[in-house]
Amino acid sequence: MFVDFFHDLKSNGVPVSLREYLSLLEALDRDVINRDIEEFYYLSRAALVKDEKNLDKFDVVFSKTFKGLQALSETEIAEIPTEWLQSLTENFLTEEEKAAVEALGGWEKIMEELQKRLEEQKERHEGGNKWIGTGGTSPFGADGYNPEGIRIGQEKGRHGRAVKVWDKREYKNLDGDVEIGTRNIKVALRRLRRFARDGVPDKLDLDGTIKSTANAGYLDIKLEAERRNKINVLLFFDVGGSMDPHIKLCEELFSAARAEFKTMEHFYFHNCLYEGVWKDNARRHSDKIPTWDVLHKYPADYKIIFVGDASMSPYEIVHAGASVEHWNEEAGGAWLQRVMDIYTSAVWLNPTPERFWTHSGSTDLIKQIFNDRMFPLTLDGLDAAMRELSR
Amino acid sequence: MSGKFEGTQNYIATEDLRIAVNAALTLERPLLVKGEPGTGKTVLAEEVAKALDLELLTWHIKSTTKAHQGLYEYDAITRLRDSQLGDERVKDIKNYINRGKLWEAFAYQGRVVLLIDEIDKADIEFPNDLLQELDRMEFFVYETGETIKAETRPLVIITSNNEKELPDAFLRRCFFHYIAFPDHETMTEIVKVHFPDLKSRLVKEALSVFYEVRDVPGLKKKPSTSELLDWLKLLMNEDIDETTLRERDPNKLIPPLHGALLKNEQDVQLFEKLAFLARRERN
Repeated sequence: MFVDFFHDLKSNGVPVSLREYLSLLEALDRDVINRDIEEFYYLSRAALVKDEKNLDKFDVVFSKTFKGLQALSETEIAEIPTEWLQSLTENFLTEEEKAAVEALGGWEKIMEELQKRLEEQKERHEGGNKWIGTGGTSPFGADGYNPEGIRIGQEKGRHGRAVKVWDKREYKNLDGDVEIGTRNIKVALRRLRRFARDGVPDKLDLDGTIKSTANAGYLDIKLEAERRNKINVLLFFDVGGSMDPHIKLCEELFSAARAEFKTMEHFYFHNCLYEGVWKDNARRHSDKIPTWDVLHKYPADYKIIFVGDASMSPYEIVHAGASVEHWNEEAGGAWLQRVMDIYTSAVWLNPTPERFWTHSGSTDLIKQIFNDRMFPLTLDGLDAAMRELSR
Repeated sequence: MSGKFEGTQNYIATEDLRIAVNAALTLERPLLVKGEPGTGKTVLAEEVAKALDLELLTWHIKSTTKAHQGLYEYDAITRLRDSQLGDERVKDIKNYINRGKLWEAFAYQGRVVLLIDEIDKADIEFPNDLLQELDRMEFFVYETGETIKAETRPLVIITSNNEKELPDAFLRRCFFHYIAFPDHETMTEIVKVHFPDLKSRLVKEALSVFYEVRDVPGLKKKPSTSELLDWLKLLMNEDIDETTLRERDPNKLIPPLHGALLKNEQDVQLFEKLAFLARRERN
């Protein structure tokens, strides 16, 4: 029963195990649900998916298995690229036009049509009244006017109840797709532990007790606080451009670090550190945090880890105004130097293999600023970096 | 076996949530609930207990909580002190074993709902340390040599805010439910349950203002269900009517009594900035 479904889930990257499969069967056996596909969907989802980032994959596989629809890869092709639907114009139609659009037919018909046109249409389209795109009067696409239309690629507006829940793919943006093989990285990060006694004294201090008992002549118990990891970490990630090939590695590092360190803050920058950093890459321009604020906020005992390939134009480091994205008042090198002046423990992790480092002048420059504390982003490099930081 | 969970008068449970709860109830496995803060994870346990007419035991997890504290703690230090004073109690080790929440739940006569709240606050190893105990619903007390075993397995509800990832082995043993942010329809129902005599037009206006606020990009903390309910309570107290809400006057871009919706000064500033921009555009 459902063995194919189980295997499909596994091969599509939903981490399911036999145990979960058996609990699903057990639940079915004990009549937790009625014989109803929607209820079965909810039950199997609760039993098999354990992380919201896998919910979307699950929805896709479920839809494929139980409706005999397209395979996973085809579904992805049929999905409409968002660029097509990028809103360009706000459209204002006349009353007659609105009436004409309304005459197009019912919901069912529109769905059929959509399917057909998706198959026919291969390019981006704007205006007009048939193809899918922006600003037209076709029932499909965003920002156009059609009272029976379907919104695609817009934030607002949901499909109604007519669409099956699993086909809505509501959990799409939770799909983080971070690899789970972070155990090794965690072990390497574990080197960076500095235990300190902190908090309520609730553990028996054996040495202290023996000493004070001998002094007092009766049993005199001494307590001490427990040892805890007191390491605080600031992570700076280079994003975009030449860092794109290293995204997976950085995600692994990030998720391992998040699990390992109790106090960890992360920021993003592009190519080199300038006067602003950001926490959410989607809003890098609207939500910039002044670098000064970061430097003032976190005390000097924080450990600093920069992650970046350090390959850029050398001018970005030595000259003002050389940033590729904006006009920077001060050179990137000045900002890096400020970080180095405040924080004694700082390293740069470089995902490019070490043998290519000499090929870009900027890598050498940054290495100099970091007093040679640049390490490759491999397990060994990470290990060495953590030793350096815990010094 | 108790009946099935169908939501309560005070709690709107979507169908997927009901099925997840019932699966956990029937198979006697823990239910892990995740979701944005303020979408009613903790309240769920309370309402399940109420609906099934069961007792609720709550174990709040803090960063310092250790797994064994849920089982029991042997208070050796008090015993040592007592032994110097010649206290009679000292002869029985049982006097110095303090029961934890899991023990209480296991020893309970009949079924009980055990809420392990915010499990992600604890140390990384915490969930792993509870694997066997939650799986078999039994544990061994070394000091007295007895085994504590649950006669009726409690319904365990675990909530997490996703601050730390939970280990796979732990996840395998649970049912999982992610409380998605309620859509307009469900939200209207939720509001109706909490404020039955609220004028429906006020609700409509308030909800659209609420979703507009949620859609503003760049908010540090998006308001969630519990904030909406607080805000509505305030609106009712201040007797603000729907026309005030409907006025989309750029001068009043900040919704009335925004303090209930926006919880930090950066967000309020962001709103003020937007209001300012809107005003400038108009002039």
